[in-house]
Amino acid sequence: MKAKRQRTAILFLLPAVVLLLCFMIYPLGKTIYYSFTAWYNFSAVQTFIGLDNYKDLIRDPVVRTALRNTGILMAGVLLFQIGFALILAILVDGVRHCFKFFRTIYFFPIVISATAIGLMFTLIYKYEYGLLNYFITLFGGEKQVWINEKTSIYLALIPVVWQYVGFYFVIFLTGISNISSDIYESAMLDGIRPVQKAVYITVPMLRSVLTSSIVLVVSGCFKVFDIIFMVTNGGPLDSSQLLSTYMYQKAFARGNGGYASSIAIVMIVLGVAVTSVLRKMLQGGDEDA
Amino acid sequence: MLEAEKGKELAARILKYIILIFWALTTIIPLLWVLINSFKTSEEIVKNGIAFPATIQFTNYKTIMSYPDLSMSRAFLNSFIISGSVVIGVVLIAGLAAFSLGRFRFKWTKYADAVLIACLLVPSFATMIPNFVTISKLPVRGTHAAAVIPQIAGNLCFSITLLTGFMRSLPDELDEAAIIDGASPLYVLTHITMPLSKPMFATVGIMVFIWSYNDLLTSMVYLSQRSKQPVCVILSMVSNMFGTDYGSMMAAIIVTIVPLLVLYVISQEQVIKGLTAGAVKG
Repeated sequence: MKAKRQRTAILFLLPAVVLLLCFMIYPLGKTIYYSFTAWYNFSAVQTFIGLDNYKDLIRDPVVRTALRNTGILMAGVLLFQIGFALILAILVDGVRHCFKFFRTIYFFPIVISATAIGLMFTLIYKYEYGLLNYFITLFGGEKQVWINEKTSIYLALIPVVWQYVGFYFVIFLTGISNISSDIYESAMLDGIRPVQKAVYITVPMLRSVLTSSIVLVVSGCFKVFDIIFMVTNGGPLDSSQLLSTYMYQKAFARGNGGYASSIAIVMIVLGVAVTSVLRKMLQGGDEDA
Repeated sequence: MLEAEKGKELAARILKYIILIFWALTTIIPLLWVLINSFKTSEEIVKNGIAFPATIQFTNYKTIMSYPDLSMSRAFLNSFIISGSVVIGVVLIAGLAAFSLGRFRFKWTKYADAVLIACLLVPSFATMIPNFVTISKLPVRGTHAAAVIPQIAGNLCFSITLLTGFMRSLPDELDEAAIIDGASPLYVLTHITMPLSKPMFATVGIMVFIWSYNDLLTSMVYLSQRSKQPVCVILSMVSNMFGTDYGSMMAAIIVTIVPLLVLYVISQEQVIKGLTAGAVKG
């Protein structure tokens, strides 16, 4: 009986295991292998070159730019997706009657494809008729060419940050609604002010939600691709590259599979490292992972 | 004294609404601008990028729907074939796996859990190049399945994790009664566990559909044939192909996002639940 049950369980698991082995575990190992080879244009020839790709990577100025840009992105998401979304959630929590309206509006950019958002912002930044230049001329300014080497990364990251503010807003709002109202009521009796309430009650009570959100936004920074691809495609002159866009270009536009694989490996290692360091830092020994 | 206190409170309230409405406007205005411009000719847009159209005209929409190489209507069909298959595939395969992990308890079950969590940490970039090589060797090359299979694999871990958690929380009594009556595991799955897990299947299905519909990268990498590519890949090429036909670009954006906005309007709670549950997805 038990053996039969076990057979059934394994049979049910089989399709998932096969797919994961073929398209997740095996390719992961293969990417690690490719990263130690010189391999061009998806040819049949891979030459083992040890750590050479990684050595090149350390010296590659574009990788340095990509890492700096990832740092800028991290600062942006922490400031806006965590900070500003938290402020919005606390503010909305005070207005009972129309919080649903705000939730609907704030969340909808998440549903839209990042490709569409990328194209939308490309059009907003356009010189002749872009929305941004329209507002500039409205207030008496001069039209500008917005995307250049200095500004590209910031302009490409605005939509990235903008899109997900509503996401964390909803997460925080759910967290706030889970805080027991008893705590607020007794604080109200003590005559607490709204700002004090936010700083001394709401934020500390949201600790575990905040921790997991911070880990999520920061590790998510390594996965950003679509919007950058659409708005600047890493340019001009690689000034707005992220590791993701750079890896894609190396592999599929310039056919350097070995080097692209080493970038991919760096992406996972950094992602896992940043995630575990943040977890350690933020969890002062309390529950919940 | 009291008056001043009241004035302060009112000012705080007004400031609060200003901040809230400001952010609402930043999300609405760009989209509204695209919508309005999609009904204008490109000359109109260049002349005045913000004005309402002189006459509402659908030329842009007709252009993108029948553009020979980048037909949006064909891309739509592709999108629904691909994302529909991905949803069906994930629900079936993840459903079976979750039933196995969630309703049977063996010693190895907890190792399977650990493997699933580890898989969540693997980004699609890390598997993309070898998968591209594998796909180009398989007979599925050049068909919709070339994008469908990797997308199913990419969504599995996360879906199994969610479904397993849900199925574990279901009571045992019903299963046991059915098994004593001689029901097969497949019968228990289809007649007891699946119906009870419907809300979680719906969440997973919606999340996977949205994710797949919006996924640019995998479709771009695994599907090189223009005639099989989904909406977002076509959209990504629009700005290069249409050159200065801004009106058509605006219309293409609107057409791309309408299906998901409709889904969002119809079942907002489900969509929000699905996407926030999918937060951990790799």
